[in-house]
Amino acid sequence: MSCAQTITDYALRSIGIGERLLPRTDFDLCKQITLIGSGLIWNLYFAFFALLVGFFLATALAMAKTSGNPWLRKPADGFVFLFRGSPLFIQFFLAYETLVLLPRAGIEIFGFTVETSWLTKAWAGALIVLILNTTAYSAQIFHGALQSVPKGDIEAADAYGLTGWHKFRRVMWPTMLRLAWPSYTNEAIFLFHATTLVYFSGFPAFQQRGDALYYATYFADRTFNPFVAYPIVATYFIICTLILIGLFGMVNRRLNRHLPGAVTRLKYRPELVR
Amino acid sequence: MFAQCADPASLEGLAWLMCYLTSGKHMLFYASFGTVLLLLAITAPIALLFGFGGALASRSRIAPLRWFGKLYTSMVRGVPDIIFFLFVPIALDQGLEWLRHQVLCDTDAPVRQGNDFVVCAAAKLPLSSSPPWVHDVYGFTLAVVAFSVVFGAFAANVLHGAMQAVPRAQLETAEAFGMSPRQVSRRVLIPQMWTYAVPGLSNLWMILIKATPLLFLLGVEDIVYWARELGGTKTSAFTYPHPDWRLYYFLAILVFYLLMTWVSERILGRLTRRLSAGQATMGGEALRKGPA
Repeated sequence: MSCAQTITDYALRSIGIGERLLPRTDFDLCKQITLIGSGLIWNLYFAFFALLVGFFLATALAMAKTSGNPWLRKPADGFVFLFRGSPLFIQFFLAYETLVLLPRAGIEIFGFTVETSWLTKAWAGALIVLILNTTAYSAQIFHGALQSVPKGDIEAADAYGLTGWHKFRRVMWPTMLRLAWPSYTNEAIFLFHATTLVYFSGFPAFQQRGDALYYATYFADRTFNPFVAYPIVATYFIICTLILIGLFGMVNRRLNRHLPGAVTRLKYRPELVR
Repeated sequence: MFAQCADPASLEGLAWLMCYLTSGKHMLFYASFGTVLLLLAITAPIALLFGFGGALASRSRIAPLRWFGKLYTSMVRGVPDIIFFLFVPIALDQGLEWLRHQVLCDTDAPVRQGNDFVVCAAAKLPLSSSPPWVHDVYGFTLAVVAFSVVFGAFAANVLHGAMQAVPRAQLETAEAFGMSPRQVSRRVLIPQMWTYAVPGLSNLWMILIKATPLLFLLGVEDIVYWARELGGTKTSAFTYPHPDWRLYYFLAILVFYLLMTWVSERILGRLTRRLSAGQATMGGEALRKGPA
């Protein structure tokens, strides 16, 4: 079988397009690279949507954490403590065990039957856990940044007569993002790497549609050779991480564009804050 | 365990629960919390040592050593740690078996035959004749090595940063006193760097705590393994039949981890205060001025 044939068969295997059965014999390099690359679609899917939704939720949560109203602040603190204080791996298990307890037939609300079975699927259930997890971590980062918004900026906004939404949107939020961005980049990388946990944590891979590490483990188990599959998946992740850093660096430059000389390059060096 | 637990079917309510929670398998479950703590206790110092070596290597004046240090410290950045946790134990296992194969076996047969990894019986690790506890210890040791390698790389990053953060003037003063590079490192750089390293190392400790459930992926019978084992539905064929209780077991584990991180945060907070005392940093200055 030629490599081009393998690519047409397996490049989209992880989302159910192409060959039904996974390769069972002669696991050549082409097959491994194609199938593991196909699994990467899921990692990108989880990371993208978790970061997208988590970003907005985290902003709201950071505001709640900063708020003077204890009815807002205490629950926000509790949420952050719960998700930052426990391992993501356990959160996945717990979420899965909770979601399977929901009635199979769906829940009756106001005469409508709400389907619940989709929640136990990885694409929804695991995504929810990842969203909540990154929300908690990012909220902590944003909260720290909100605390360090310069007092002068707020006073200037007050002097201009900006209040409420306008003050937040035009003064506090841009500064908060600017200050939080290096740490937030770090969080995004952590989250992207955490997506590899999904298919090892209770959530089943429906019809063997798994992520990159799922397929890498499949190959490593079949061939008893960890020295091919794992370096392939590692290479994919290094490339994606570098792209991620590049994209976040672009945003960083835009956030700092009014401050000459303030742009420090986001580095390929872990800041171990998580 | 207790005399009244001899016939669980006749028990009800609290008495049943008491007997259930003290059954032999539950004792193993409780012991597995000890496994987690043991892993933390062994991994943390080894990882710190690895990190120390990595940080010193990446500052070395010998180029190959420096490249190795840089590679080691940067590898954890782009690759998810789970990949290392899956890769290191099996790679190490095969590496050791291959070495033993070269020494102990007198066949010329290659180790890799198609999709199989074949070594002779004498080269197996652990030997198939050895008792089960040897297998357990071997598996646990591989897990410790995997954790140490990954967290050593993380620690190397932190310590490297801390070494960079030591004020240059301190080192220059030491040089002006006529100390050799080795003496500068030992007498000035290393004692000074800890205060800069503590925030990063505290974070690392938290990450390490939260990585311990991954032991499950390495095939060690840890708390996740037992929670799944004990919590699953037990039919009436079992001594203690019950429906699917995995949720409660995982809730117990969650509480365990929340306690662990909460206590650690407290202790590390005090340690940071202690180490900041008398340092020319913001934390030290705040301590000097006292509560405003």
